[in-house]
Amino acid sequence: MSRPWLLALGALVLALGLLVPVRARAEPWQQVLRQARGQTVYFDAWAGDQRVNTFIAWVARQVAACCDVTLRQVPLEDTSAAVTQVIAEKAAGDDSDGTVDLIWINGPNFYALKRRGLLYGPFAGQLPNAALLDARDRSNRFDFTVPVDGYESPWRKAQLVFVYDSAYVKHVPHGIRGFPAWARRHPGRFTFPQVQNFLGVAFLEQALYALTPDPSVLQHPVSQALFAQVTAPLWKWFDQLRPYLWRGGREFPVSGPAERQLLEDGEIDLMPSFSPTEAAADVAAGRLPRTVRSYVLRRGTIGNTSFVAIPYNSPHKAGAMVVANFLLSPAAQARAGNIRYLGGPTVLDLKRLSAAERAHFAALPHSPWMPSDPALRRVLPEPHPWWASRLAAAWERRYTP
Amino acid sequence: MRAPMLTTTAPSSSPRMRPTFWLRQAPRITMLLFLVPIVAGLAGTVLPAFGWLPALGGRELTFAPWLRLAEEPGVRWAIGLTLATGWTATIISVLLVLGLCARWHGRKPGRIGRAVFAPILAAPHAAMAIGVGFLIAPSGWLVRWVSPWLTGWHQPPDLATVQDPYGLALTLGLLVKEVPYLLLMTLTALGQLPVARQLEAAAALGYGRTAAWLKIILPQLYPQIRLPIYAVLAYALSVVDMALILGPSNPPTLSVLALRWFTAPDVRMYFPAAAAALLQLVIVLGSIAVWRTAEKIIARLGRRWIARGRRRSRLEPLAGLAAVLVSGLGLLGAGSLLVLAVWSFTARWRFPHILPSHWSAFAWREQVGTILWPLKTTLGVAVAASALAVVLVLGCLEYEQQRGPAPKSRSLWLLYVPLLVPQIAFLFGVQVLLTVSHLDGSLLAVVWSHLLFVLPYVFLSLADPWRSLDSRYARTALCLGASPGRVFLRIKLPLLLRSVLVAAAVGLAVSIDQYLPTLFAGAGRVVTLTTEAVTLASGGGRRVTGIFALLQALVPLIAYGSALGVSGRAGRRRVLAGVSA
Amino acid sequence: MSEPLQLDQVSISLPARLLIPALSVRVMPGEVLTLMGPSGSGKSTLLSFLGGTLPGGFRAAGRVWIGRREVSALPAERRQIGILFQDDLLFPHLTVGENLAFGLSTAVRGRAARAARISAALEEAGLAGLAPRDPATLSGGQRSRVALLRLLLAEPRVLLLDEPFNKLDAALREDFRRFVFAHAAAAGVPVLMVTHDVADAAAARGRVLTLGQSADGSARIETADGGLCDAHRTEESPGRVDAVVVVDRRQ
Repeated sequence: MSRPWLLALGALVLALGLLVPVRARAEPWQQVLRQARGQTVYFDAWAGDQRVNTFIAWVARQVAACCDVTLRQVPLEDTSAAVTQVIAEKAAGDDSDGTVDLIWINGPNFYALKRRGLLYGPFAGQLPNAALLDARDRSNRFDFTVPVDGYESPWRKAQLVFVYDSAYVKHVPHGIRGFPAWARRHPGRFTFPQVQNFLGVAFLEQALYALTPDPSVLQHPVSQALFAQVTAPLWKWFDQLRPYLWRGGREFPVSGPAERQLLEDGEIDLMPSFSPTEAAADVAAGRLPRTVRSYVLRRGTIGNTSFVAIPYNSPHKAGAMVVANFLLSPAAQARAGNIRYLGGPTVLDLKRLSAAERAHFAALPHSPWMPSDPALRRVLPEPHPWWASRLAAAWERRYTP
Repeated sequence: MRAPMLTTTAPSSSPRMRPTFWLRQAPRITMLLFLVPIVAGLAGTVLPAFGWLPALGGRELTFAPWLRLAEEPGVRWAIGLTLATGWTATIISVLLVLGLCARWHGRKPGRIGRAVFAPILAAPHAAMAIGVGFLIAPSGWLVRWVSPWLTGWHQPPDLATVQDPYGLALTLGLLVKEVPYLLLMTLTALGQLPVARQLEAAAALGYGRTAAWLKIILPQLYPQIRLPIYAVLAYALSVVDMALILGPSNPPTLSVLALRWFTAPDVRMYFPAAAAALLQLVIVLGSIAVWRTAEKIIARLGRRWIARGRRRSRLEPLAGLAAVLVSGLGLLGAGSLLVLAVWSFTARWRFPHILPSHWSAFAWREQVGTILWPLKTTLGVAVAASALAVVLVLGCLEYEQQRGPAPKSRSLWLLYVPLLVPQIAFLFGVQVLLTVSHLDGSLLAVVWSHLLFVLPYVFLSLADPWRSLDSRYARTALCLGASPGRVFLRIKLPLLLRSVLVAAAVGLAVSIDQYLPTLFAGAGRVVTLTTEAVTLASGGGRRVTGIFALLQALVPLIAYGSALGVSGRAGRRRVLAGVSA
Repeated sequence: MSEPLQLDQVSISLPARLLIPALSVRVMPGEVLTLMGPSGSGKSTLLSFLGGTLPGGFRAAGRVWIGRREVSALPAERRQIGILFQDDLLFPHLTVGENLAFGLSTAVRGRAARAARISAALEEAGLAGLAPRDPATLSGGQRSRVALLRLLLAEPRVLLLDEPFNKLDAALREDFRRFVFAHAAAAGVPVLMVTHDVADAAAARGRVLTLGQSADGSARIETADGGLCDAHRTEESPGRVDAVVVVDRRQ
């Protein structure tokens, strides 16, 4: 590549960087449906859970049948890859013909894109099914404390739970403070994913909730001094826990599924999971024995909502909206709530559904391997994304040799 | 070791002629296809490494990314880990392969080994890593075979046999993959040397096999396998997918650290990521320079050793040991593939069961519908990339022969750049280039990016047979009035059909193995067996991974098989001719 | 202290064909025995067998002795049987001097002593000063001489010559023949030469065996003067030569 060429590229990037992303205009839904017809929507979605992939394949069949939209899942190892992709396109000045149409997103990734104005919207309010959303549920409106503002649309809920095999361990810690003592009694039998992983950092945040006197500081960024003060009890607690972790706390599984594999292999007895239904589904499929249990801590655990967002440069925004709307439909939500397919609580307010639709939800099979419904109502809001990155960085600084 | 760096076999002195217009373009097109993405790719890494990336607000050149990089926890350990695993794996691979060839080349067990290694060679790195990981884990297959009756373990021990902080598991995984590759390259190179005659001559002077091999064959062989060795060194130093699965994570190797930052939600990490990628490049190039220096020193000492005239080599038992170790690696590789196959039919398989307690074809049933699309894409891209590569390489080689012996062309080094430069160091820049040209996410872009890695391997496997073809065949045909084009089509191509098909199969296998290039050029949209497998592997699911890994290993294997089958008769005839000569 | 080379009932065959019938012959130190025959008759194969490098596919039987030591069970490198091939087989990665050093027996110790021995050998052969040269820069005649020197520096107890003059042009051939026989005589070891050139045999001035095929297709060996061959015919297949014993006139 010649120098003038490089300069031209730089200039192009600069010029386009100054443009403000176009705001969405309110469009009647019929018009969206018409535009969506024949579009191919590339859906960037984390693909580490085969059941979610299968569910997305089912969604693809539905939207193809109802709305003539072709949905293609772009399997991601990590959602941040989609964020990087959109940023790279922005860097290259590709403002109208992006490769990503829809992203399964929340938390830090949403924050990263929204802050840079790289998301299309607000669009969520235009979706007809948005009217069915549970308005009382704060996590539908605030994603890790960041206002959603219509730039993403919810579709699933997740909550931190703990999974163990009751055949091997009888007593498990029901509060964060109980973990060091439990681990001392079961050395090497507990671990959590590395802190660069969302589940790993969520476990630290969960601990911070229990250990800091005033959890409200977690709702916004704080000063360096306050951060040190708030996290001091966390490090003290972790120093007590760490020597008794799997591999002496020097090594951690790279992701939730890798950690799940350790449980399956019998290398650990207890693990956190961000899916209240994961263990139940594995039991149902025969992958895990029926002695496996999952539970929520006594004072509740961090929960959040999964969203879908549309990048500012998606060429198939209408198609993407159709998919987002379908994900909110009672049919899709009932399927997602079915333990045979996915399982888990819905983002909808059942009172806003018709009686027939409500019956679908009432008829969903119940799994004894899931945490109880009252337990799943003990949800703590996610801290501000600032905390996740700061905690991970501080952890790395303290515990990386 | 006097042979030139690249021209491994001196080009046979073909009659000179003026190549046709299209033939003249072949080297140029090849170079263009190479230069543009690599230069753009490197620029896209070097500039951000010094703070320049306007889209992220970097508008001045600074050393800030480097300072940030230096501050990141674990960077020093990561660099040490990278060097330790990369160098150890390469040195051991080279020693094992040379030891094995010294002992067994040309003998029957050597030929059997070649067949055993084919599937391991064809299996992608990520799949192999998963299989090896399951074999050697504390809860893995090997431990299960002896538990609890021998070990007394009802629960797996808390031992760091995978993801150990020193990267030993990663080194082992690299050995399982790189030894067969190096072995294939070495056997190919040995095919070009009059090994048997020279060993006979040495034996007549009283030299034992190993001593003669080390003193006579090795010095002539080495220049021919130098580039593959550098490729192994570069690969081992910058591997990402195997390091993710077998390497430690706290901290990981430098390339994993770079990838982690490239894809971090906090996009400011892009700057230290670019610096790390550049550092990775420096480490690889520096390592190659050090290796080259070591080569020269060893060559100098080696000449004295040869001149001393000792007939027996004390290395004889070591060569025997190499054979044992390589067999061990072969077993480990084969066991990894086998265990993945078992996992794909597993419902439940807990410690310490040697075999699954519950079987199920669920994973296969589930995948039947979704596998077709990635399979088609994989094949389409692989066939296109390797066909293109074979055509370009044949064009370059034919041009070289028709034009006559060229002044030693340094530009050919460029062909090897994609193998020597860490992928992480230039793929992001390539992605920006593709995005600018609106090619990203297209099959064309993926084929192009694969071509960067397929072409060198096709060249490596085709150049020697092509150059060492007896030029008298061509001259005779020309004397009989055939045009150069006709000579190419009717004489050279049929004579070298086997080499061409094998080269194409090698290209196919290389294409199927590509993970990062597919990911970057395909913008994630182009889904191949490998991207699926690595994504699923990151998800830890051994069952689905097993399916994809098997398919991944099977497809290139079928390609090899049919390449050898199609050319089988011609090949057998030549082997027989070689025996009776 | 040279000792004779003795072949005892040596036979070589391919699955479909007998190449060498049971051959027994003794070659005395300083003697050159010439083995003649058309190509494909198995004479080079016999040398491979003696040298210990018989290719797969051939079957061989019989024993080989050097003096009182049986060598047929030893690996090639322990037999101390030197073979001069028709190709010089100088190692291309080594200089002329290094090629000779490779051959030079380890009995000569020390870098200086070895270098001296090599330059003496070169000088004596009329190749003085060629030690640092790349073999590729030498003429064909020079290369052949270096190949023989290399072989002799290894101090073999037997010398096998495998059509060594075949690839040389007429003028060089004459010259190199004298060179070889002179050096072989000086070494005083038994020499077995394979050739299909009558002139070579004449120059060797020794006994000549001719390998060939009888009218019935079976293998046959004749000596030059016809009278020294004692052929045993087997009962089952009359007319087929089963064993050839070459009687030494000097015994």
